[in-house]
Order: sequence, then C-alpha cells, then structure tokens
Amino acid sequence: MDTFIQLTLNGLTLGSVYALIALGYSLVYGILKLLNFAHGDVFMVGSFIGFGALQLLGGSADPVVPVWLLLILITLAAMAGCAVLGVAIERFAYRPLRDAPRIAPLISALGVSFFIAYSMQLLFGADQRDYDAFSMSDGALFFNGFDIGNVRVPLLRIIIIVSAFVLMALLWMLVTRTRTGKAMQATSHDREAAAMMGIDIDRVIVFAFVLGSALAGAAGVLFALRAPTFAAIGFLAGLKGFTAAVIGGIGSIPGAMAGGLILGFAEAYTQGYISTKWSDLLVFVILILFMLFRPQGLFGKADIRKV
Amino acid sequence: MSDYDDELTRPLEGAAAASAAEGPTSPQVGRDEWVARHGERRTRRGGWIGTVEQRLARVPWWAWLALFVAVICALPGVFESGYVRRVAFDTVVFMLLALGLNIVVGWGGLLDLGYVAFFGVGAYAYAILSSDQFDIHLPTIVTIPLVAVIGGIVGWLVGLPSRRLTGDYLAIVTLFFFQVFLTFTNNGDNIRGHSITNGPNGILNVDEFEFFGWKLPRATSEGLFNVRYLYVALVFFVLVYVALHLLNDSRTGRAWRSLREDPLAAEVMGMPVNRLKLMAFAFGAAVAAMTGTFATALNGSVFPQNFEFPLLITVYTMVILGGAGSQAGVVLGAVIVSVLLEALRDPGDARGYFYVLILLALAAVYRTSLKLVVVVGGTIVLGVVARLVAESIDGSWTAGPGEDAGPLADRAADWVIVPARLAEWVGPVTYISLVALALLLTLVSGWVRVVLLVPTLYLASFVWENVLLPQPESTRYIVLGALLVAMMIARPQGLLGEKRVEIV
Repeated sequence: MDTFIQLTLNGLTLGSVYALIALGYSLVYGILKLLNFAHGDVFMVGSFIGFGALQLLGGSADPVVPVWLLLILITLAAMAGCAVLGVAIERFAYRPLRDAPRIAPLISALGVSFFIAYSMQLLFGADQRDYDAFSMSDGALFFNGFDIGNVRVPLLRIIIIVSAFVLMALLWMLVTRTRTGKAMQATSHDREAAAMMGIDIDRVIVFAFVLGSALAGAAGVLFALRAPTFAAIGFLAGLKGFTAAVIGGIGSIPGAMAGGLILGFAEAYTQGYISTKWSDLLVFVILILFMLFRPQGLFGKADIRKV
Repeated sequence: MSDYDDELTRPLEGAAAASAAEGPTSPQVGRDEWVARHGERRTRRGGWIGTVEQRLARVPWWAWLALFVAVICALPGVFESGYVRRVAFDTVVFMLLALGLNIVVGWGGLLDLGYVAFFGVGAYAYAILSSDQFDIHLPTIVTIPLVAVIGGIVGWLVGLPSRRLTGDYLAIVTLFFFQVFLTFTNNGDNIRGHSITNGPNGILNVDEFEFFGWKLPRATSEGLFNVRYLYVALVFFVLVYVALHLLNDSRTGRAWRSLREDPLAAEVMGMPVNRLKLMAFAFGAAVAAMTGTFATALNGSVFPQNFEFPLLITVYTMVILGGAGSQAGVVLGAVIVSVLLEALRDPGDARGYFYVLILLALAAVYRTSLKLVVVVGGTIVLGVVARLVAESIDGSWTAGPGEDAGPLADRAADWVIVPARLAEWVGPVTYISLVALALLLTLVSGWVRVVLLVPTLYLASFVWENVLLPQPESTRYIVLGALLVAMMIARPQGLLGEKRVEIV
C-alpha cells in the first residue's frame, strides 16, 4: 500500500508537469492545426532561464530574497522568457507558412526544434544543471510536509502539484471567461468564420503561443526543481507532452490536463511495478493504441473532413 | 430571355467543337490547362545564359547520371587520401538515404519521422544475418536483397496502423516507431535472458562483403579505406536511381503525385489511397534498409547511437535543400550537405569558407551595385575601427589565437576581435543578439536593411570566430536546423525541385 501511495504521488507530480506541456500543444493545435515540434525545446529553454535567474538571485544556497519569493520570481522569469521565444518562433518560422501545404510548417518546426536545442548546447554546454532545491532552505522543502500512512509528502511536491493546478485553473478561466479567450475558442472552432466576425486572427494566434509557451516555461522550472535539466531534454519532454495531448484529445484543454495525468500515472506505475527500462516503451504503446482505436482522444471530437 | 439561353448553350457548343477537333492543343476533359502548361509560362532568360540553359535542359537524365557517376569514380584516382575516399563513400550512402526518403516525402507527400529507424533495421538485420551473434553467415548476394525485403515489410507494418491517419498523425506514429526502435535496440541485450542486439554495446565483428568468393576487405594493407566499397555502393546507387526513375514515370508514380497534391481528390477519383501510401512507405523503407547493409559492412559493427534524431534531420535537410520530389535534386542536396558537414568538422578548414560564403551571398543578392560596396566597405571599416578601439582599451581583447589558416582567414583576423579568453556572458549575449538581428533583417528592406547588414555581418564574424568555430559539433546541427527553416520559407521547392502550382 505504501508503494502504491508513493507511486501515485510520483505520477501526480510527473503528470502535472506533462499536463502543462500538453496544454501548449493543444492550444496551438486547436487554432493553427499545427504540431509545434519546437514546444519541447521551449520547455527546455524555460528550465535554463529559471536556472539563470536562480544564479542571478544569489544561487539556491544563499538567495538574496526569501525562498517563496525566489521560487515565484524564477518561475515568472521563465514564463516571460518563454513567451517571448514562443512569439518569435511563431512570427518568423510559422507565420510565413500559414497558407503553405501542411507539410511545410511541420518541417519548419523540426528545423526550429533542432536549432534551439543545439544553440543551447553551443552556448551552455551539454552538462546537466541542477537547481539544488535541497539547499534552498536547508532541506525544509524535502523534510517538511505531511504524511499519508507511512509515506511522507514533501513540501516541494506539494508546491509543484499546487502551482501546476493553479496555472491550469488560471488558463481555464482565461479561456472561458475573457473576451480574448472566447475569441480563441471561436477561432479554433472555425478560423474563417471567426475572421469574418471581426476577430483578429493574428492576435489570437500570438496569444495562443504566449500562453502555451509561458506554461511550458513554468513546467520547465517545476520539472527542474526535482531533476537536473540539460540541453537535449526538450526532445523527450516534447514527446511526452505531445502524447499526453493526443491521449486527451489534441485541441481540447481539459483533455490535455487529463492526458498529462494519465500519462504520469502510467509511467510511475510501470516504473514501480514492472521496470524502469521499458517505461518509455509503454508510453509509446499507449499512444499507438490510442492512434489506432481512438485517434480523437478521450475528449476530442472525431474529425470530419469537409470538401 | 433569349440572351440568357445563349449564355447557357455557348460553353456546351465550345466543348463539342473542341472534342471534335481531337488535336493535341484542344482542351481535354479532367485536365486543367492552366496548371498543365505552367512550365511554358516560365520566363526564359535571354542572352548566352538563356541559350546555355536551354541546351542544358535538353540533356537527358541518364547522361547527367552517367557524368555524375563518372566524376565520383574518378575521385579516388585524383585523391590518394583514404579520408577523401571515405567521405565519398559516406556521401553515396547519404545519396541512397535521400533517394529513399524522397519516395515518401517528395512523391507521397507523407511526413515519415521514423525513416532513420528503417536504416537501423537494415543495419541490424545485416549484422544479425552475417555475424557470430547467432552464428548465421549468409552470402552477401542473398543478404542485401533479403534485408531490403525485410525493411519493406517492416515499413508496411509501421504504415498499417497509420494508414487511416493523415498528415500530422502519421508523423507522430512514425516518430514513435523511431523511439520504439531505439528503446528496443538499447534494451535488447536481455529479452527473456537472450541477447538480441547486445544493447548499447552493439553487434561487433560483422562480416565483410563477399560476392561469389570475391572478398572485400574493409581496409587496404596500409589500413586505409578500401575503395572497392565505394564502387559497390555506387553500383547499387545507379540501380536504385534508375529503378526509381522508371517507377516515378509509371502508373504508380503518377498516382503518388496525385496523392501528394490532394489525397482527398485522389480518393474521390477512385485511387487506392491506403495501398499507395503503404507502398510509398514500404519502398522508402526498403531503400533505407538496403543502405544500412553498406554502412554496417564497412564499419563492421552497429550501435543504437548510430541511428539517432540528428541523422534524421540531416537526411531531411538533404531532401528539402535539393528539392523534394526531384531525384537529381535530392542527390545534389545529399552531396552539398554531406560535404558541408565534413567541412565543418575541422575548424581550421571551415574558418575561411564562412567569409567566402558571405561574399558570394552578398554578390548574388546585390549584384554589382552601390549597396554591395556600402555593405562590404562599411563592415570592413566598422571591423577595423572596433578592433583598434578594443586593442587600445585592453590588449588581451584582441590577443586571441591567430591560427595560420590561409590568406583569406588571415585577412579576416585583422579586423575581427578575438579575445584571448572569452568572458562567460559574451558568447550567449552576442549569439542571441546575432539571431535577433538576423531575424530583424527579414522584416526591413531597402536601405534600412543595407545599413543594418553592416553590424549584423560584423557580429556574425565575431560569433563565428569566437563562439561557433570552437564547437563544430553543435555548429553543424545549428546550420542544418536554420537551413531547414530558411528553405521552407524562402524556397520550399528546393534547389532543383519544381515549384508547386496551388489550385484553390
């Protein structure tokens, strides 16, 4: 039972990060019908910006601000930096290809992903960067917390899970309650009709990239608080986020959240009960099964092609 | 009212008259004249360039192929070094890979992100069928076709789940197949106690090629690359090229092209879309798998890390650069990219190429105009001034390693600031500013662009000398990524590809 609780906790932590990444894929796919292969690399850049901000603020052992403010500041820095990066990617790599055949922006996205990953490797090396969250408050983030049975739930995990869910709730409010959010929904439903109704499509697309990339940046920091980050991490993180988006139904926001959690649990239980070696394989098998039997995902609607 | 009648009947009469004429110039049913004749509307260049162009266009494809193969065959005669011969062999392998990917991407219009895995399947199949791993040693002449067939079958199977899925979903399934392949090869050292792939240690001591008792040792007696492997690969290259050329001209080839242009319309016209997609997949996979045998036979070993994502991007860049859909184009793309990557391997050689390329690009864009003079002159003046200023502030700022690298690079070293030691922040700041400036350049035009080009070029030289050159490995892949994006935006048809006519 203790193992099960521990694994569920692992799954929840992993899953909330995957869900944040998946949201970025879904937002962009919903509006542009484009798989943004570079999204995983935006996540990686986010974790590096967080690391840079952490060093600027004095490092984790001896920060110039209280720990709670430190965490908020590095997350905000990563979100802002990634938002700028996302907008730049959209403006220069995708916008010129908006009317091109569908394969063109996909290939462009591959190029962007590759460019970002190796630029980071060029500038900051291939070494791992560790946030060293343990020394942030002399281990308080790890030792404090509460117990479920014999399993300790450390404060750090609570912070990660709660922040991820707060961000998702904020996004949900933004999309359903504000004018821009409603414009996004309209655009994703039918781009041409939305344009005819006076919605500025370019603005909506930029907004989707800002939101998605900022969430990826936050995910980057939340992920790197527990595990070291490195330049090549974007590829696998992108694949996972993307699988989560597909499981939930790409284009659907609640779907991306559910998909992320399902993926997180699946991975955690496989690692715990079967083998760590094959846990990646399981993820891919789940995805291929979904592709075969329910390509629209859990929450998506079947795609009907109109001529 | 009578007017209205006339308006209705006129096109019918016209069509009847046209079908009665039956001439080659008459409109045909189901054929869009404007699209079919877009080639004629291309503006012909005048002058001697135009004449040469027209003459060259009339040379048949097999003559170009023969010339190309003859040049590669002559290479080992001119260059004694084993290095050049080895690069030539790698280039032929890349050309074969590009030809295979061209079937899927260029003709079928499908995004196959698992292509390199088929290359890996071929390599592993060859390694398993001709090594001590399971003590199987099949004759080479059997193994090569057998591996191609295995590759084709695997391609078919991978295509099966994705056949109903279009576009993006296909890309995902193939990408995940790629990951499955990598996971399997990396962890295949202990499957129920049996070792199939030896995991990360790879399969070693794979047999050399042997045709009817004629053995091809990997290395010559002096330990150099055996040039016979180059010839064997070339023979297969010619076979594959000719076979694919004929295939492209066949019914299947035309069907693939219609599939690429509009899958929905093709389906409505009664084409077996699913079967065609699977065929494109299987053919591409077969070519890739066959290519895997050459690489493995020459290297004598196979490891999972030989088949990773960068290789996929490399082959994609070749196809996109040369022109997806054009066989000559993808071969040209393979040659350019392969040589480019080789040139970037050694910083000493690569150093000068950068300036040559910049000058050529400027000359191509601005021809002989005042703008060219302003850009080149401005950059040199800015460089000399910047260097003098830097030198007067602190001598170590310009005391960088002045390697002897040919006259052109030496001239460059006179005005580019190369500090003895680079502060940690300089690299990221200058590199990111360079990317930002280069992107900004695409937004402005005219004289603003000319003025902006001067600091951009100087910054580019600085970044090249100080940041990019010391790390050739990252630089190679940055160049490939940037090239992919730039090609898709500026020239999606590639160097030799035909521009697609959009029908809306």
